[in-house]
Amino acid sequence: MTLARDQVTHVAMLARLGLSDEEVERYRQQLDTILAHVDRLQQVDTSKVAETAQIGGLVNAWREDVRGECLPVEKALANAPKRRRDHFEVGAIQE
Amino acid sequence: MSRETVAELGARLRRGNATPTELAAQARTALESIADLHPVLRYTDALTERQAGRAARILAESPEEAGPLCGIPFAYKDVLCVEGVETSAGSKILEGFIPPYTGTALQRLLDAGAVPVAVTNCDEFAMGSSNENSAFGPVGNPWDPNRVPGGSSGGSAAVVSAGAVPFSLGTDTGGSIRQPASFCGVAGFKPTYGRISRYGLIAFASSLDQIGPFTRSVEDAAHVFTAMAGHDPRDSTSSPAPVEPVAEQLARGVQGMRLGIPREYMAEGLEPGVRSAVEAALAQLEKLGATLVEVSLPSTEAALSTYYIIAPAECSANLARMDGVRFGLHVDRKSLTDTYLETRGQGFGPEVKRRIMLGTYALSSGYYDAYYRQAQKVRTLIAEEFDRAFESVDALVSPTSPIVAFPKGDKSDPLSMYLCDILTLPVNLAGLPGISIPCGLSEGLPVGLQVIGPRLQDARVLRVAHAYEQSTPWHTQMPPPAPAVTGTPS
Repeated sequence: MTLARDQVTHVAMLARLGLSDEEVERYRQQLDTILAHVDRLQQVDTSKVAETAQIGGLVNAWREDVRGECLPVEKALANAPKRRRDHFEVGAIQE
Repeated sequence: MSRETVAELGARLRRGNATPTELAAQARTALESIADLHPVLRYTDALTERQAGRAARILAESPEEAGPLCGIPFAYKDVLCVEGVETSAGSKILEGFIPPYTGTALQRLLDAGAVPVAVTNCDEFAMGSSNENSAFGPVGNPWDPNRVPGGSSGGSAAVVSAGAVPFSLGTDTGGSIRQPASFCGVAGFKPTYGRISRYGLIAFASSLDQIGPFTRSVEDAAHVFTAMAGHDPRDSTSSPAPVEPVAEQLARGVQGMRLGIPREYMAEGLEPGVRSAVEAALAQLEKLGATLVEVSLPSTEAALSTYYIIAPAECSANLARMDGVRFGLHVDRKSLTDTYLETRGQGFGPEVKRRIMLGTYALSSGYYDAYYRQAQKVRTLIAEEFDRAFESVDALVSPTSPIVAFPKGDKSDPLSMYLCDILTLPVNLAGLPGISIPCGLSEGLPVGLQVIGPRLQDARVLRVAHAYEQSTPWHTQMPPPAPAVTGTPS
């Protein structure tokens, strides 16, 4: 398979990664090589196999629906690059 | 450099021949003396002092309460959170991040009186097999500073290998404890998935990540494991199964045990020196009374591909939280989208970006079924093959890595780096416990022997490893006196 440049820029946008033109080309080539290798997965017959998402055999981990301890506001905001009063501050979502 | 184990240092503390503060200071001096190898990112100064004082009080006032780790200095990987001590995950995007809380594994060690001394270098977000992906520079292998210590927990392996601390913590997602343990000639234990809480561990791939110790002996690994293991309500994937006593079972030996040798793990691609060291180790286990049985794990070849879909997919989701809003690097732009793009574009290094891209691709519309869903199904096959093998054998034994530590800069192509973990990552996919212990040298560099057990049979893995270790001299070998580091890779 050959990965197209616009597929790479599409994926980079989905992942919110700002890449230079040079990076786009480098990742296009590298991902192409890696995907060619992992494509051998398609040859494994899995028609009778269920997916594994959790290997420990646990199904659900319930707890009582009661409020527990939570991080105090000051601690939660201590690493914030920008804050306004008791909130994280972000830029405009729409232009 | 010191060969002293946790058990020996503990005996010295209890006899009054050393204090926790003295041991911490000795560890600090020893770590500073190997600064050229760059295994330490920062020291835990105030925490060290506080914890050493606490351990001293326990030893003086209620020695009966002092467990085997009380007063013992250690180092931990830069992905584990301790309140008030910087954790950066080897990344520019988290440089300066001060965790607001302490993770469970670390908290349990602090409760046991262990004394943190330093935070160790690692591959960025634990992604790598050589420690060359750290944003803060690579680590040298104490056996040869021009070679890599393995990764991603390279700093943690190096500090134990060099004898600076008796134990350290790492994390293992596809081999990141066992492979560096193999490269540096120490014991490295990855417990069963879910046996140690991941709360407070900066996530890479949540269905694979596991915390575990580097030590100079299997007995020490058992002590550190016991202190950290057990259910934690703060990690919903942590196992509620009771933790069986490990230390008591260590000395039971392998007489009468059936040990499986996966044919695929001994296939071509093993360096001759690795093969001969591992074959000698197998003969030794037979001499100790174990029966060796060849087994087959036919899906081994598909494991690498499976891993390099599942791990990047999970990492692309986990690292979405590095958004420049709540913590870490923030590159200010007018719109939120541009802030995300620039913050993440500038903050992440090449390997992390590569894996985020790969994972996002595998999860994206139109490719999900072909890649992610298929990988999860092959994961089932891999786990079932292990389960079947364990119906006829008690444990599996293999090389940890097909190669010994390689020169820095030797594997610049991503795929060749990924192939380093071919013998360790199936164990993560199946959620099994695995340990690497030293089993000889090849051209003057350590070779690791891997022991793998069924899920939750951590004690059995340690028992086999202990029997082998105690009957061979390899765990007492120290790296040769340090030669000068020559040059750096381009």
